[in-house]
Amino acid sequence: MLYAAVAMSSFRRYATYTAATLAGIFTNSVFGVIISFAYIAVWRQNPDAGGYDVTDAVTYCWLAQAMIMTVAIWNGGTTDDVAERIRTGDVAIDLYRPVSLLGWFLAGDLGRAAYHLLTRGVAPTVVGALLFDLRFPANPLTWLAFLLSVALGVVVSFGIRMLVASSAFWLLDQTGMLSLSAVFAMFFSGLAVPLVLFPEPFRSVVLALPWSAYVQVPIDIWLGQRHGPGVLGGLAFQAGWGAVLLLACAALLRVADRKVVVQGG
Amino acid sequence: MAEGLGTRRGDDLRAFTMLAAMWVRVSWTYRASFLVMTAASLVITGIDFVAILVMFGNVDALGGFGLGEVAFLYGATATCLGLADLVVGNVERLGRQVRLGQVDAMMVRPVGLLAQVCAHEFALRRLGRIAQGAAVLAWSLTVVHVAWDPARVAMLGSLVACGTAIFVGLFVLGAAFQFVSSDASEVANAFTYGGNAMTQYPLTIYPTEVVKALTFLVPVAFVNWYPALFILDVPDPLGLPDWLRFAAPVAAVVVCSLAALGWRAGVRRYRSTGS
Repeated sequence: MLYAAVAMSSFRRYATYTAATLAGIFTNSVFGVIISFAYIAVWRQNPDAGGYDVTDAVTYCWLAQAMIMTVAIWNGGTTDDVAERIRTGDVAIDLYRPVSLLGWFLAGDLGRAAYHLLTRGVAPTVVGALLFDLRFPANPLTWLAFLLSVALGVVVSFGIRMLVASSAFWLLDQTGMLSLSAVFAMFFSGLAVPLVLFPEPFRSVVLALPWSAYVQVPIDIWLGQRHGPGVLGGLAFQAGWGAVLLLACAALLRVADRKVVVQGG
Repeated sequence: MAEGLGTRRGDDLRAFTMLAAMWVRVSWTYRASFLVMTAASLVITGIDFVAILVMFGNVDALGGFGLGEVAFLYGATATCLGLADLVVGNVERLGRQVRLGQVDAMMVRPVGLLAQVCAHEFALRRLGRIAQGAAVLAWSLTVVHVAWDPARVAMLGSLVACGTAIFVGLFVLGAAFQFVSSDASEVANAFTYGGNAMTQYPLTIYPTEVVKALTFLVPVAFVNWYPALFILDVPDPLGLPDWLRFAAPVAAVVVCSLAALGWRAGVRRYRSTGS
C-alpha cells in the first residue's frame, strides 16, 4: 500500500530528532502546569464555567498541550515541504508523479501526526496525570472515538495548512499567510482558552468554525461532554469540514496546475 | 583577552548596532511584508490577553486580583519580554546556526560572538510584541488606582529595566545550553516564554512552593510581581518578606552574571558542527 509506506517513512523521518522531541515535551509540560493553575483559579471562582468542572478544565489544558504538535496548530508538518517545493519549483515533479499530490502529502502528514501523538501527545498527558487529578474515559468506545476524532482533526488542519501552502503558487512565499492562519488556529481551536468559555453569540460561531475540530471537539469527546449521538455529531462535523477543505485543496491545485511554469521549460 | 576589556565591550556594542541597522534596512526593503509581519506579531501576542479577557468574562477576580491588576502584570511582563526578545531573541536560533556551520565563520571575525549571533537577521518586527505589551500596560494604568509618587515612578522604570535584564539573561542561558544540545532550543522556551506566561497571572494562583521556586530558583517573580506589589501598594498575599519588592536589581545582576558564565562555558565547549 503506497500511502501507508509514505506515512510510515514520514513517521520515521520525524522520529529522528529525539532531543528536539524531549525538549518539546518538557516545554509543553511547563506550559501545562502554568495553564492548569490559571484554570484552577478560574474554576474556583466559577465552579461550572462553560459547563466544565475543575477536573474537566485541567484535563482540557493537558490534552490541548498534547494536541499542539499532533494537530500542528502552530503550522508545520508536510505542508511546509509543499510550500518550499512550490517556491523552488520542485513541485513540478510532484505534479507529474502518477500519485495524487494531495494523497501523498496527507499520508505523510498522518504519519507525522502519529509520531507526535505517541510522543508529544502521550508524554505531557502522563506528566499532567502525575501532577494533577485528570479525567480519563472509562468506556473503550470513547477512546476509539477520541482517536478517530484526533485523526479527523489532523485532516481538517491539513486541509487548512494545504490551502495556505498553495497560496505560494501565487504569492511565492507562504510566510505572511502562515502567520495569519496561526492567529486563527491558536484562537479558534480552543488552545488559548476553551471555546466553551466564550460569551454566547461568539460561542456558537466559533464552535461552528473548522478550527474547533482541532482541539475542542476531540477533548469534548474525551471528557464525555459529548456522548451518544453527540459523539457521532462531532465526528460528522469534523469529517464534513475535512471533506470540504480537501475538495477545496483539490480544486485549487487544479487551477495552480495550469499556472506552474518550470524554469527554462 | 584581558587587555582593554572595556573597549572590547564598546566595540561589540558598536558592531551589534551596525549589524542590526543593516538587517533593519534589509527588512525595510520588503516594506509590505515587514508591516504585515509586525502587525501579525502584535495580534499573535495579543491573543494571550484576549484569552485573559475571556476568562474574566466568567469570573471577576483571578487569585484575588481584578482585571486592572492582572492587565498591569500582563503588560509589564509582556513589555519586558518584548524588549529582551528584540535585543537578544535571536540567540534562540543558535542551535540552527551551529548546525549550518555559521558559528565557525563568526568565530574568526574580530567581533564578539554573542553580539554577532544576536544581530544576525535582527528582526525589528518584534516591535509588535513590545507595542502590544506597552498598550496593555498603559491601559491598565488608567484602570488601577495608584498613588503616584517619585518612588513609584522610579519603581516602574526599574521594573522595565530589571525585568528586561532578567529575560535577557534567561535567553542567553538557554542559548548557552544549545552548545550542549543543538536540537533542544525548545527547553529555553520553557524559561523565557514560560516565565512570561507564568508572570501574566498573579502569583497567588500558584502553590507557595512554586512561588518560592519563581523567587529563588528561576527568579521571574522579580520581573513584575514584587515591583507590582510595591507600585499597587498591596501587602504580599503569601506573606514573604517585604524587602523582596526592592530586590529586582539583585535578581537581574545574578541572572545576567550566570548567563555570562554559562555563555563562556558554552563557547569553550563548542566543537564545531558535524563531529
